Amino acid sequence: MSVKKYIPVAVLVAGVVLFQVACSFLGREYYLTQLTMASYYSLVILGLTVLMGYTGQISLGHAAFFAIGGYTSAVLTTVDLSAAAGSTALKAAVAAGLAAASKNAYGAETLIISPWAALVAAVCITIVIAFLIGIPILKLKGHYLAMATLGFGIIVYRIVLGARIFGEADGISDLPPFRIAGGLAVCGDPARRVENFYIAAVLVVAGVVLLMHLVDSRVGRALRSIHGSEEAASAMGVDTARYKLFVFVLSAVFACVAGVFLTHFNGGIGPSEAETMKSVSYVAIVAVGGMANLWGALVMGVLLNYLSLRGYFGSYDEFVFGGILIAIMMFMPEGLLRVELLRDLAGMPARIRKMIGSKNEG
Amino acid sequence: MPFEQLLQYIFSGITNGSIYAIVAIGFNIIYNTTGIINFAQGEFLMLGGMTAITLSAFLPLPVAILAAVIITSFIGALIDFIFIRRLKNPSVLNMVIITIGLSILIREIALHVWDEKVRSLPYFTGSEVTSINIMGAYISPQVLWVLGVSAVIVALLGTFFRFTVTGRSMRACASNMTAARLCGINTRNMVTISFMLSAAIGALAGCVVSPITQTQYDCGTSLAIKGFTVAILGGLGNSTGAVIGGIIIGLLEAFSISVMPLAYKDAIAIAVLLLILFVRPSGLFGKKEAAGLKEF
Repeated sequence: MSVKKYIPVAVLVAGVVLFQVACSFLGREYYLTQLTMASYYSLVILGLTVLMGYTGQISLGHAAFFAIGGYTSAVLTTVDLSAAAGSTALKAAVAAGLAAASKNAYGAETLIISPWAALVAAVCITIVIAFLIGIPILKLKGHYLAMATLGFGIIVYRIVLGARIFGEADGISDLPPFRIAGGLAVCGDPARRVENFYIAAVLVVAGVVLLMHLVDSRVGRALRSIHGSEEAASAMGVDTARYKLFVFVLSAVFACVAGVFLTHFNGGIGPSEAETMKSVSYVAIVAVGGMANLWGALVMGVLLNYLSLRGYFGSYDEFVFGGILIAIMMFMPEGLLRVELLRDLAGMPARIRKMIGSKNEG
Repeated sequence: MPFEQLLQYIFSGITNGSIYAIVAIGFNIIYNTTGIINFAQGEFLMLGGMTAITLSAFLPLPVAILAAVIITSFIGALIDFIFIRRLKNPSVLNMVIITIGLSILIREIALHVWDEKVRSLPYFTGSEVTSINIMGAYISPQVLWVLGVSAVIVALLGTFFRFTVTGRSMRACASNMTAARLCGINTRNMVTISFMLSAAIGALAGCVVSPITQTQYDCGTSLAIKGFTVAILGGLGNSTGAVIGGIIIGLLEAFSISVMPLAYKDAIAIAVLLLILFVRPSGLFGKKEAAGLKEF
């Protein structure tokens, strides 16, 4: 991959730093809170872009993977183990760093599973679920695939809404901060807004770089061939089932990681994160972002989530996402920020110059 | 389980099942002429119920229901005119996304028109407390209305598709769009009619169940998913299959309550849906070859 490919990454990093400096300078750091949340959501969207845009497989159940990540972490890190503190297994866990002392919302000493261990557990659970559900689901196409993923999402929603362990309609709150290293922690403390913004930004940049490489690799070309025609890809020797499953699991892991971090940042999670409408809005954003365009998806993911979180759409929030879906599909079924369209726009000045030049000559 | 209780469960299962069957038939009508699964099908039920409730404030009940059915079928036609007709060679993915977008739009408009209160039509005969004793099980007369209306809809549709020119033209579209066009059938109008018919049936179903299940701006979604499950179970496009599938799902749900918490009732139908999709996507009564030919 050439250095040129990294120009957008550099622009992104510069934009992140500039925005933070501007916000701090103007005393508007509260903007960073929603921007951090929007960044985590766009992590889900990045994963979904590779699945939907590049591979052509729709998923109307990605909110479920987000919820699986968030809820796994929430359950594991809020269970107080101090009652069993004497057991040898737990002592070994503390020694290995899998469990750590913490304080709950009332200031009492508790012993909890370390968020790092919870993150690993959440990712593992997501991989297993995505793998098991992916094998049969990805055999389906079109309507059936859409309905099956939608159905999976609804089952997860029903389970988190109905199960006592997941807090039913109240969800789970009072999560401990996620200490990454040293004093760095993912939490909703307003004093730590700036560092949290950077944690989210680092994750997003890492995610986008990873996917950039993936898309530009042999795997990426295989994925695009599946989008073009599954039969043709298969005839050319691409193991379509394996590649589709790989992307499905990968995008699920992206959603799961976003879920874990956002849940720690918000200090809690509720069943609304697993709602079908969430999944649909992710799909809408991928469509607006240009389907097979990581950067478009990222820009739109951050922008639309940010506007939605800041409440600019008021009570018309779902209306906006529904309207976007229809408008894009009717007028630009290839997506709004398409790579070709952007290239056309970028080439516009040169073409105009050429046109003017040829006129002058004539 | 005592016999009376068993009977009670069976009645409740068949009632819900016949509603699911009607929703499934609505899916089938549009699917047969266009190859589209209309994800906004549940919204037709909600619109029908809500319109009838509003109109029933100043119109007699039968007139209000009739008006609601007509209004909803016009909305169905409007959807076809504004959105579906304009699409040129849409992919299945596009159609799925558009109809999902439509269902969101309709739901949100309904929320802003009618707010989020739960409403219901009055019972067609008697009241909430009227009940009929059938061999020890107690059922509301509204249940008989639901069963009766479902049966009439199925019978009328059967006649329509078999004995009228329009109905036959629609069946021609279903089996081969190009051949139908070559025979001089205006296939575009058939699509419009299928949307109107499907919306009208949905609206009627929405009115009949309103006294039992209540109507709210977002009540369409779960009905649509059950209806889709039933349509798949019975074999997509197969109306007889839809009726049998509907009763199977209805009974499964009714009996699931006796072994599982009520909160998971919706998950049952969807688990069945996933199972069918994984094991036998052509459904119980669909032909394997036919399923292989159509693009899903």
